[in-house]
Amino acid sequence: MAPFINSSIGKKVIMSLTGIFLLVFLVVHLGINMLLFVSEDVFNAASHFMAKNPVMFVLQHVLALGFIIHIIYSLITSYLNMKARPIGYAVIDRSKSSSWESRNMLITGSLVFSFLVLHLINYFFKMKFGDVEIESDFVLVTDLFGVWYYTAIYIVSFILLYLHLNHAFQSAFQTLGLNNSKWLKRWKVIGTIYALIICLGFISIAACFFARSIV
Amino acid sequence: MISTLNLTLKIWRQAAPKAKGKFESYHISGISTDCSFLEMLDILNEKLINEGKEPVAFDHDCREGICGMCSLYINGRPHGPDDDITTCQLHMRKFKDGATITIEPWRAGPFPVIKDLIVDRKAFDKIIQSGGFISANTGGTQDANAILIAHDDCEESMDAAACIGCGACVAACKNSSAMLFVSAKVSHLAKLPQGKVEATKRAKAMVAMMDELGFGGCTNTAACEAECPKSISISHIARLNREYLCANLMD
Repeated sequence: MAPFINSSIGKKVIMSLTGIFLLVFLVVHLGINMLLFVSEDVFNAASHFMAKNPVMFVLQHVLALGFIIHIIYSLITSYLNMKARPIGYAVIDRSKSSSWESRNMLITGSLVFSFLVLHLINYFFKMKFGDVEIESDFVLVTDLFGVWYYTAIYIVSFILLYLHLNHAFQSAFQTLGLNNSKWLKRWKVIGTIYALIICLGFISIAACFFARSIV
Repeated sequence: MISTLNLTLKIWRQAAPKAKGKFESYHISGISTDCSFLEMLDILNEKLINEGKEPVAFDHDCREGICGMCSLYINGRPHGPDDDITTCQLHMRKFKDGATITIEPWRAGPFPVIKDLIVDRKAFDKIIQSGGFISANTGGTQDANAILIAHDDCEESMDAAACIGCGACVAACKNSSAMLFVSAKVSHLAKLPQGKVEATKRAKAMVAMMDELGFGGCTNTAACEAECPKSISISHIARLNREYLCANLMD
């Protein structure tokens, strides 16, 4: 197994598998967040279940591991890829040959990561380890969306996530070899639809609760 | 009516592999728009020789787009501002009068500069030597249709075999990845019954050599496909990934 994992394709397969795992996580996360639109009690019950259930406790560690491996391997592959061209070009025009998001996955990924840190501080640690028992996760979430600059950061982060996912989705299947001349186009379309649903979903929640807070 | 161009050329000059290189500017006038890019460089070199200066070294051979010898990174793109062509097929009508054209060699660790715009592409030969062949002795030419091959497989194999090994994929890739080249070489054999026997062994050996030589990894930007003079599809990269993954899972 060692030669495989150390090969350039092996590293990409790890990026791809952890990436697909994170794509699934986003669907689950969005599903639960959508309950904010249902009612306060339903959201609180779901949130409580996710935070305190023993099965979720194990899954949270798996999820954290998924993030960590994905990030570590992105740094390793990025470093090796930069090393492959010791002397760069003076003039570069890649606008005709590749998309901006495909070339800047490290940048969009890093920015989404910094949002993730903020997000964990704001919600996850408070819900899970907070000294003061939070009366309602619903209130915690919706109160924060009343802060205009938080909502602005939130929306910008999801636009960045859209750019990341738009390339990530089809790239993951290409790396696993689950692709051919027909599916190249299909994965791209499916990936864009997926990224749009995820990001518009999260943004709609933020925008809606911000709008409610000012009305 | 023949129109002519006056141009400023910014060309990478480097006397030897280890020498320090730099850009030199040259002015050239009266270049016909019907001229090919390499002919324009020939005119420049003739001028330099007449002035007693060192001509610009660049690779070229067939000058009809089939040998893969000509390289050149022109204004930020391999083979310059046109699609599906090699540099010898690029015409000066693609440039505007008074333009500045920056000409650089392929840039990648495994492709070191030999002189000026010429790079050493022996790395590709090493990858082929590691497994890009069929080791069975196939004897004399067989009767046509003795081995039946589906039309689609035959076509896809031929599409991959169109690779001329020019290295534009490596030059275009932000990671200097050779995946399009390797995948084309793996694909054109794997799609045919004679090559299929050794397909997994071949994929493993060629990828191992590619990594050892220091090429970068593929991040699926597809810049290689867009800049490939033979329009080789990144679907071949998917096949290489699949072959490589399956080969390792079977171990």
